[in-house]
Amino acid sequence: MDWFFNFPHMDDDALRNLKKFIDESFRAFTRAYGDAIEGFFSPLQTFLIYSERFMTKTPWPIITLIVLAIAWAGSRNLKIVAGCLFSLLAIGYFDMWDDTMRTISMIFVCTILSIAIGIPIGIMMSRSDRLQRIVNPVLDVMQTMPSFVYLIPVVMLLGIGKVPGLIAVVIYAIPPMIRLTNLGIRLVDKDVLEAADAFGSSSWQKLVWVQMPLALPTIMAGINQCIMMALAMVVIASMIGVQGLGQPVLKAIANQYFTLGIFNGLAIVGIAIIFDRVSQSYGQRLQKHREIIHG
Amino acid sequence: MADQRFDGIKIRNLYKIFGQNGAAHVEAVRNGLSKTELNEKFGLVLGLKDINIEMPAGCIQVIMGLSGSGKSTLIRHINRLIDPTSGEVLVNGVDVVRMNESELRDFRRHQTAMVFQKFALLPHRNVLENTVYGLDVQKINRAKSTEIAMQWLERVGLKGFEKKYPNQLSGGMQQRVGLARALSNDAPVLLMDEAYSALDPLIRMDMQSVLLGLQKEIKKTIVFITHDLDEALRLGDQIAILRDGEVIQQGTSQDIVLRPADDYIANFVKEVNRGRVIHVDAVMTPVAAGHAVNGATVMSGSSIDDAMKLLAHGNATDVTITDPAGIPLGTVDLKCLAAAVVSSH
Repeated sequence: MDWFFNFPHMDDDALRNLKKFIDESFRAFTRAYGDAIEGFFSPLQTFLIYSERFMTKTPWPIITLIVLAIAWAGSRNLKIVAGCLFSLLAIGYFDMWDDTMRTISMIFVCTILSIAIGIPIGIMMSRSDRLQRIVNPVLDVMQTMPSFVYLIPVVMLLGIGKVPGLIAVVIYAIPPMIRLTNLGIRLVDKDVLEAADAFGSSSWQKLVWVQMPLALPTIMAGINQCIMMALAMVVIASMIGVQGLGQPVLKAIANQYFTLGIFNGLAIVGIAIIFDRVSQSYGQRLQKHREIIHG
Repeated sequence: MADQRFDGIKIRNLYKIFGQNGAAHVEAVRNGLSKTELNEKFGLVLGLKDINIEMPAGCIQVIMGLSGSGKSTLIRHINRLIDPTSGEVLVNGVDVVRMNESELRDFRRHQTAMVFQKFALLPHRNVLENTVYGLDVQKINRAKSTEIAMQWLERVGLKGFEKKYPNQLSGGMQQRVGLARALSNDAPVLLMDEAYSALDPLIRMDMQSVLLGLQKEIKKTIVFITHDLDEALRLGDQIAILRDGEVIQQGTSQDIVLRPADDYIANFVKEVNRGRVIHVDAVMTPVAAGHAVNGATVMSGSSIDDAMKLLAHGNATDVTITDPAGIPLGTVDLKCLAAAVVSSH
C-alpha cells in the first residue's frame, strides 16, 4: 500500500541523470553557440548603451524639457504636464535622477522592442485561428512562469548585463501587447470589413486602412499594459545587473533600508504614472472622432 | 459615363446551401428536398434555391422579401461576398463565380459598388476621406479622387460636410455618404443592400427621390434590396419577390399589383396605395385613333392618383390618356378609377 500514500515517483537515480543530462546539454549548447547568440544581440546592446548614454549624459534641464514636450504633444493637457514636472523635480531633488534616467532608457528600449515584435505577431494571430491556438499557451507560460526561472538560461547564455535583463523584461511585458493586438483586430466591426471587401481592398489595404485604425484603442491599451509590466520587472532585472531604480531597491531589501526602498519605489511609481497618463491620453486623442456623437 | 454596352446581370440556377459540404445536397434539393427536410436531416440551411433573374443594364431591379427570405444573401452573390454552392452569376457576360482572387478584386474595384444597410462607414475617416475610399483602393491619387468625391458629395447634398466625422451625422446623412462613396467608383453596377431600411420614413422617401433623380443621369444597373413593398414599387423597374430562398414572382410594379402570383403576394399588395402605383394605362378604355381630345389629359404611365386629382379639382367628367407625342390612347372616368383603387381581393 506504499504507492497509495506516497506518489510513486521516478527512480531517484534516473531523475538525477535526467536533470544532469538536460543541464549538460544546455551547457554544451551554451559553449557552442553562446558567442554567436551574443553576437546576434549585439545591435541591441549598442542601442541600449546609446539610449542610456543619451539619458544620463544630457543635462537634466534639457531632459526635463524633452519629457514635458512629449507629455504636451501626447496629451495636450496642462494638468498632466504639470504632474510630470512635479514628479521629475521631486525625483531629482531626492537624488535619484541618474537611476531614474537609466530605468526610463531601459523601459523605452523594452517598449519599442515589444511593439516591434508584438504587433506583427498579434496581426498574424488575428488572421489564423490555428496560430492563435498555438501562441496563446506560449503567452500563458510567459506570463505565469516565475521570471527567475527564465533568467537562469538567459544568464547562462548571455552572462550578466543589460541585454539579458532586456530579454527578461520583454518576455514578461510582451504578452499583453500580442494579446490585445490580436483581440483588437478580431473585434473590428464585420460590416465595415465587408464594405472594405466589397470595394475590392487588398488584404494589406484592409489591414492599414481599416483593421489597424479601428483596433487602435485596444492596441494602445496593449502598449500601456506593456509599459506597466516592464516597469514591474525593473527590480527583478536589477538582479542580473540592470542598472537603474531596481538596484537601490534590491540593496534596501538585502539590508532592510526602509527609506531607501520606499524612495526608489515611489520613483518607479512616479514614472509609471507619467508613462500611463501620457500614453492613455494620447490614445484617447487619436480616437477623438468617436466622442462627438450626433444628437 | 458607365460602359455603354454593359450587358446587365444574369443569375442562372443559383443555389446556396449554408453548412458543411452543401454542394453534395444541391441535386437532392433540385429533385424536391424541402428546406425543412434539409435542415432536419443534414443540419444544413437552404439559403437560395434555383434563382434565375435577368437584370437588364440601366434598370433598377428591386429584390423584395421579408427577413430570412435570402435577399441579402442573393445580393452578396453578385459581387461574391458569399460564394454560391452552384450556379452562375454573369455580370456583363463574365461569370463571377469562376473568377480567381485577383480577378475578383479587380471586378469589385471597377464593376461594382455597394451601399449597406448599416452604412459601414469608417469611423476614423471624415466624410471626404470615406467617399474617396473606393478610389484609394484603386490607387487613384488624392487630388483626382478628391475632385470626383467632392462632385458626388455635392450631388447627394453634403456640400460643406466634408470635414465631419460619420458619427457627427444623422442616419440619413450617413447614408448619403455611403451613396456618394459608391457613386464615386463610377462602376456600372450599384448594389444597394436594404440601403434605406435603417432610415425613418420621411428621410427614406427623400433618399428614394435622390436615387430616382440620379438614376435618370447615371443609368446604372442598380440592384436594390428592400423589405418594404411601397419602396419596391416606387423604385423598381423590375421587381423580384423572394420567399424562403425562392423567387415567387418577377415582373414590373404593374404585374405585381394587378396580377399577384399567389395569396402570399396578394396579401402584401392589399396594403399598397394602389392609386399611386397603378398606371392609368391599365384601367383605361382604349379609343380609336383620331379620337378628339377635349378637356383634361394625362400622359401614358401616369398614376391613377394623377388622373383623379384632375377630375377632383376640375369640371371634366373624364380624362384622356395620351402618348408622349400627344396622340390619345384611351379615356378613364371617375367610376373606373375608383374601381381600380378599391382592391378586388
